Amino acid sequence: MTRRFASRAVWVGVVAGLAVWHMSLVGLVDSFQNRPILTDILSLGETLPLAGIVIAGAWAARPLLAGGLGRPTPAQALMAGAIAGAATGAMLAVLSFFILVLKPNGMLIHATPKLVNDLRFFQDAALGTLVQVGGGLLLGTAAASLNLVQRVARRALVWGVLLVLLFGIMNTFVTQILRNLPLKWLSTFLYRGDGLTIPGAVLLFAVTAALVAGWMLRGTQVRAGYAALPNASRQTTKIAAFILLAALILILPQILGVFLSDVITNVGLFVLLGLGLNIVVGFAGLLDLGYVAFYALGIYSIAVLTSPASPAFHPQLNFWLAVPIVMVIGGVTGIIIGAPVLRLRGDYLAIVTLGFGEIARIIFLSDWMTPYVGGAQGIQQIPAPTINLLGLALEFRKPQDIYYPILVACILAALAAWSFQRSRVGRAWTAMREDETVAEATGVNTTVYKLMAFSMGATFGAVAGAFYAAKIGVVFPQNLDILISINALALIILGGMGSITGVIVGAFMLVGLPGLLREFAEYQLLIFGAVLVAMMLFRPEGLIPNRSRRAELHEEEGESGPEGADGGGGPGEQPPGDRQPHPMEKPASGLALEAVAVSTRLGDRS
Amino acid sequence: MRMVRRLLGIHEHLSFVDLVLALLRVAVVIFAVVGIWATIQRGSFTLGDWGTFILAGLSLGSVYALLALGYTLVYGILFMINFAHGDVFMTGAFTAYFAANAMAKSGFLAQNELLSFIIVLLVSSGVAALVAVVLERVAYRPLRNAPRLVPLITAIGASLFLENTFRGLYGAGVKAYPTWTMFQGSIRLGDVEISYSRIVVVAGAVAMMLGLWWFVEHTRTGRAMRAVSENKDVAAMMGIDVDRVILTTFAIGGLLAGAAGILYTLLFNQVNYFMGFVPGIKAFTAAVLGGIGNIVGAMLGGLMLGILEAVGPYLLLDGFGIPSVNQLKDVVAFLVLVLVLIFRPSGILGRKENT
Repeated sequence: MTRRFASRAVWVGVVAGLAVWHMSLVGLVDSFQNRPILTDILSLGETLPLAGIVIAGAWAARPLLAGGLGRPTPAQALMAGAIAGAATGAMLAVLSFFILVLKPNGMLIHATPKLVNDLRFFQDAALGTLVQVGGGLLLGTAAASLNLVQRVARRALVWGVLLVLLFGIMNTFVTQILRNLPLKWLSTFLYRGDGLTIPGAVLLFAVTAALVAGWMLRGTQVRAGYAALPNASRQTTKIAAFILLAALILILPQILGVFLSDVITNVGLFVLLGLGLNIVVGFAGLLDLGYVAFYALGIYSIAVLTSPASPAFHPQLNFWLAVPIVMVIGGVTGIIIGAPVLRLRGDYLAIVTLGFGEIARIIFLSDWMTPYVGGAQGIQQIPAPTINLLGLALEFRKPQDIYYPILVACILAALAAWSFQRSRVGRAWTAMREDETVAEATGVNTTVYKLMAFSMGATFGAVAGAFYAAKIGVVFPQNLDILISINALALIILGGMGSITGVIVGAFMLVGLPGLLREFAEYQLLIFGAVLVAMMLFRPEGLIPNRSRRAELHEEEGESGPEGADGGGGPGEQPPGDRQPHPMEKPASGLALEAVAVSTRLGDRS
Repeated sequence: MRMVRRLLGIHEHLSFVDLVLALLRVAVVIFAVVGIWATIQRGSFTLGDWGTFILAGLSLGSVYALLALGYTLVYGILFMINFAHGDVFMTGAFTAYFAANAMAKSGFLAQNELLSFIIVLLVSSGVAALVAVVLERVAYRPLRNAPRLVPLITAIGASLFLENTFRGLYGAGVKAYPTWTMFQGSIRLGDVEISYSRIVVVAGAVAMMLGLWWFVEHTRTGRAMRAVSENKDVAAMMGIDVDRVILTTFAIGGLLAGAAGILYTLLFNQVNYFMGFVPGIKAFTAAVLGGIGNIVGAMLGGLMLGILEAVGPYLLLDGFGIPSVNQLKDVVAFLVLVLVLIFRPSGILGRKENT
């Protein structure tokens, strides 16, 4: 038994070590070295190997489920954590020697002596190795001991550490926000140089830990107390909270300053894109990898319609007049693109749309289209949206100003998506996504609803493009590639397919965070890739899941249900899984039951 | 009337989608006929030019064919589009660059060119097979019972991860392969000049395809692969280790992709971290064109796509007076992808799928 834990701990430690090798050799550790968390003590670069050790230690102390051995005793847990931590540390030591002895930096560009220095925490060979292995042992044990303490204490501890890390990383932005609010004294207390001060970190940790622990212990009471309040005062609380939130959102650009406002407007654009793609992928279950085509369409349409520099055709419309036209163009194009691909199965649809996206990009860039859309030069001088309010002309170009139109667009889009989701159309989409054949059998006109999803998604994408063009004022065709589609896809998958809140959270995490950290830019796609794989493996329903979607993705855990989200179980093919029944073997009664279930769901509101 | 209907693919009850598809068919045919006619009228290219285009297409197409085999093998067994296959191709070619470069620097390459080419080929195939196997084990195996879009999204993630890992490890720049003097030079056939490297590419690809065909048809493992692709459950009951067969399939796909990577560098002489993306999608197109799941189909599809891509822009678009048609060769390839998937997703040799 103990040996099983020990051997798993070694295994976990080696895997964590390999992950740290990967992060070191692709350059993450070294480029994050310049971002201190605690001044002169800890940088983000050093945090990565340490995080590897901590996760290995905590993981090694988890119950062994596969062997049916259950929970480890405290001694076993600590031992496993120590072994795993030490193993990860030993992997660091091996990497350090490997780099110094073999000098592979002609091949692996980041395998430099500087990296070894980082990995040895700036100690010499002997002491550095001792720190790696011994420190790994201690830290792994400490991480394992987390499994032994009470849940409240563990949560409080973990959240406290995470928040300290977050505030450390976000130093410049937090400082700036605190300066814009008259809270400069707080920022001088929290930060020194580029990182947190020790008292600042302790304060942050203590406050967060206390809040988390407090909420976990007293949270239910607070909620019960709120529920016990008379109706009128609950209403007042709600309204007050709403007004506070609205006011905060309204003055946000003033608090944030120019750079942060720019980041947040980018987040807003991706919220728009994500909401649109979410209709197609999340609601209707049609994976669209060429979504960038609609974004590009929006950008080019607004450029041609409003810019005086548009090469062939330049009506120079007002932005606000052009936006509805762009929406119509987007919607119609969605139908035109959607109609021929309606019969395709899920995965083929994804590849076809990818093809459409690439075709659109190449054609926009080609010499053939240069006389109409400017080719590689793009189109310049796209005017900023303006409003004439009681003789006061407002121009929305600077990040702090364009924030408001984008905010309004996001709110309208979210409301539209939300009401669609709850309408008859939304229920038809859900039915179609869960099982197309059954949906059709119960009278859902899948042609119409699929086209509707495509058209709606395209409209949202085109609007996002229009605002993007208005924000930057020029078209850069080179940037309109598949990576934008992937970015939008990654954010809805992280947030949770079919979940509107999920889109917003996903956009903040995948567009906002990388926008803040310059070093991230180079590794953004690496992290997107890792996020996509990790989410599909560990949490396919996303961080903030939509309820029915979660039920679908976890259906294998219950009874074996219909084949999958795309429902394409034709007679000529087998189900993708190896222990699933063949679609033809599905009992007829099961199909009928599902049909009844879907029809009830469809009928309950209309 | 019946004939017309059948030609347009319209059933008795005309639905909206049928109508759109019929119109699209007519439009594609008219476009192709007019384009070809106009190009012939214009006559900007000699017969020798066309020969050169076809040869270029044939050599590139044999690389696509090798890659398409990887898609087809995996799809035949798992019904999954291994989106990262193009990046497996990249990992092989990229890693082998360092072997080639080291041998060129030490002078070994100049001394014994054939042996060093074989070493490079082995390194490339080995690395690619290893990456493919790790990918299956880590990313795909846990998702075998998931809805079909889940493994596809995982594969997209894996593709990004591989590309950017290689970018991080080795840098974003384009690296030039050392030249193989033994493949320099060319022979003339009438108006057409054929370089040795093109011949090597086509011959190498054909040899590997024959080898794969023999392996699948005549070895025990090959028989197990066919059994698993027929029906996994029954195969498992017959005592076949399905997991091992799937792993072998990925390894073989990786081997072929690595070899394709080296043949590709013979044609283009350079590697970078993004080189796998477009060839990967095109090879998938080739696999679908030939009939996915069908090994002979993948070979045919690859060659056809290569030729279509090389000849298509000149033959179809030049007649319309479109400038720099060569820029649009990827458009032709992607249009083939779109049209094949829309009109005949079962491909040339595939069985008619009812979806």
